[in-house]
Amino acid sequence: MNDFTKYLAGRVTAGGMNRREFMGRSVAAGLTLTAAGNLFATSAAAQTPKKGGTLKLGLEGGAATDSIDPAKATSQVMFTAVRTWGDTLVETHPETRAPIPSLAESWAPSPDAKTWTFKIRKGVQFHDGKEMTVDDVVATLKRHSDAKTESGAAGMLKSITSIENKSGDLVVTLDAGNADLPAIFTDYHLVIQPNGGADKPTAGVGTGAYKVKSFEPGVRMTFEKNPNDWRADRGYVDSVEIITMNDATARIAALSSGQVQFINRVDPKTVPLLTRAPTVQLLTTSGGGHYVFIMHCDKAPFDNNDLRMALKYAIDREEMVKRILGGYGKVGNDFPINDTYALFPEGIEQRTYDPDKAKFHYQKSGHSGSVLLRTSEVAFPGAVDASVLFQQSAKKAGIDIEIKREPGDGYWSNVWNVQPFSASYWGSRATQDQFYSGAYLSTADWNDTRFKNETFDKLLISARGELDEKKRREMYREMAMLVRDEGGTILPMFNDFVNAGSKKLKGYVNDIGNDMSNGYVATRVWLEA
Amino acid sequence: MSNSAEAGGTPARSLRERFPLLTLIFERFLLSLLLLFAVSVLIFAGVEALPGDFASTYLGQSATPETIANIRAELGLDRPVVTRYFDWLGGVVQGDFGTSWASRNSVSEQVGKRLGNSLFLASFAAIIAVPLAIGLGMLSVHFRDRMPDKIINVISLAAISLPEFFIGYLLILYFAVNFGIATFPATVYEGMGFLERIQTIALPTATLVLVVLAHMMRMTRAAILSVMSSAYMETAELKGLSSWRAIVKHAAPNALAPIINVVALNLAYLVVGVVVVEVVFVYPGMGQYMVDAVTVRDMPVVQACGLIFAAVYILLNMVADILAIVANPRLRHPR
Repeated sequence: MNDFTKYLAGRVTAGGMNRREFMGRSVAAGLTLTAAGNLFATSAAAQTPKKGGTLKLGLEGGAATDSIDPAKATSQVMFTAVRTWGDTLVETHPETRAPIPSLAESWAPSPDAKTWTFKIRKGVQFHDGKEMTVDDVVATLKRHSDAKTESGAAGMLKSITSIENKSGDLVVTLDAGNADLPAIFTDYHLVIQPNGGADKPTAGVGTGAYKVKSFEPGVRMTFEKNPNDWRADRGYVDSVEIITMNDATARIAALSSGQVQFINRVDPKTVPLLTRAPTVQLLTTSGGGHYVFIMHCDKAPFDNNDLRMALKYAIDREEMVKRILGGYGKVGNDFPINDTYALFPEGIEQRTYDPDKAKFHYQKSGHSGSVLLRTSEVAFPGAVDASVLFQQSAKKAGIDIEIKREPGDGYWSNVWNVQPFSASYWGSRATQDQFYSGAYLSTADWNDTRFKNETFDKLLISARGELDEKKRREMYREMAMLVRDEGGTILPMFNDFVNAGSKKLKGYVNDIGNDMSNGYVATRVWLEA
Repeated sequence: MSNSAEAGGTPARSLRERFPLLTLIFERFLLSLLLLFAVSVLIFAGVEALPGDFASTYLGQSATPETIANIRAELGLDRPVVTRYFDWLGGVVQGDFGTSWASRNSVSEQVGKRLGNSLFLASFAAIIAVPLAIGLGMLSVHFRDRMPDKIINVISLAAISLPEFFIGYLLILYFAVNFGIATFPATVYEGMGFLERIQTIALPTATLVLVVLAHMMRMTRAAILSVMSSAYMETAELKGLSSWRAIVKHAAPNALAPIINVVALNLAYLVVGVVVVEVVFVYPGMGQYMVDAVTVRDMPVVQACGLIFAAVYILLNMVADILAIVANPRLRHPR
């Protein structure tokens, strides 16, 4: 075992690395697969969860306007909170993101993927002592999908035509086949509540590892262990406290002074300073969120694909990952999917910075004069700097980008999705289908690049109903190529989730599903004395 | 003014003459109500003019046209602006500030907690800062142009020149992170004991004291210095009073009016202007509450906060004016 492998094994023990990451890096360091596998098992076995203690999380992304109603959960704080007190029907595997059972024990689609039958777990108690029934599940899904809903999940449940309790099973019927329905049910809004939470939406009663004890929006939320938890493999600490800390420096000070054991949204620029503290560990996970420059494919001058191509070749992706993300991210390839998604089309050639090709396409487009890029600090962290970098690299290709800095307030209503060329970001979605349906389908609500392509639309619909994985993967490859070569998205980088914790914090799972161990951080970790 | 008083006969005149202070307070009070009404119109119009309404900003990227329409319909956002304003005003006149659109909690209840927190922090800072500033001001007059005066001036000017968040960060770095003797974050919550609360707010209180100290201290110094040259001060000195006693007994009372004004201004700042300190120390006060509400256009909350801020300013200014009159016999008995 060489030093590097030892270091990796140490990180496994510290909980900073998952199996896939460990194997990949060890094998790269010259270890055989079996040896690496065994080593992972020993290091992981060294971690026996310790029970007890209070876990304090200092999180960005809470406000006085937060609501405990899962239908209204939008902020980072409420996302983590919902995951702490509630369970969804289905969860995703932390490493592969494949749907795995939670409150639903198993599921099966009809051959056309239009009708899905879910077997619901029995003997699960809500926090109020009532036993969960299939009717509660039906009521929950109905509350998030009926005509009067105000739920954040409404968009992805649009295709549901009926939700029924058929002889003790949940049966969901769709207006068209969708192979991803189980993945949709992993969405954090859809936590199962007694009578769907309709009686009192803000009661915060669910089946999760922790019960809500107190809630002051934008300030603090406390939880205590649910003694009747139906799962034994989670909920190690006795109580959890989420403190809203919207100031980056405050979060770092709270972590380094030991007042909290976990913080989110660490600014990559401060990572070297933070890791100098001996009590702090960095917890980074790759994710599907990305930063983009979006062009409207139907507005001049961006209705010209050569101009779009020119701009795609004129951006220096490596430089952006290094400068804007401090290295905590991956380069993008102008389509919104990366290897954190199931059925990721591998082997598509990486587009790189190429001033000559950019110049070629620019001249072919016949465009002259400058193009106006609108940007703002709220578009994504470092968006203004990234725009300037883009301007510099494009200049070398003879393309003149004029930058207009827009005010942060109102950026999402006045600039994004309105102006033809602007900076923006996207979070990850549960599946490729969900992402493309939300932002690339011709009729999508948030088609912010005005990408309208009939072939793409047809592929998307047929991939959705396709149960054969191989065929589906092929379709997703075609769709990715269409977006990459004809779309209006310039996607320079995927950002990692950069969190940090105390070294006492063990068992952190690098979940590629979403930030903060897919929101499950509080239920998965334990505190060493 | 005098015309109408004469036309109305003598009672009004005599009332004003007999209770000049009470009449003044009553007039000020009416004027304040008018001002508050104007403020509420301004805030309503301002938030209306901001881009994006509550439904679209709150849902963000997870919005669909249907959910936006549902929220608008439920909150009545589809009605005309004027109707909505008078609906809201109708509620407020009856003491009902409505419910927050976002959290669906009662605004009065939420504001009550936040305002309590803000007042708690502000009063603690004031209890320390006001006597300290006035004391230091008198000290520096006593030692004017000598070493203590210079030291007091340099330190307080340095404190006011640094941005408040920077002072906050310095205090956190040294007292919470390096020495580990102070509590951070300064988040207070329900069910916290009084002593624990005081301990928790030590750092933000210290920051606020440093921020407001210089302004009040320098005003005290300047005001007292300006009366020091008057004849009666010379008399005091000639009759053999010690310089310190002359300052405290004779100069300070005559310099009160401008000091009261500055103190009131700083107190108002402590209540309504400390959002940066709240964010840095993770303190749940009114400022952060209002900023959160403006971000998603949560009108009932924005309105309630705006009105309270305005009321605090108006009230403190009124109190300052009245105290200035009480402190000055010439104004107390106008000819």
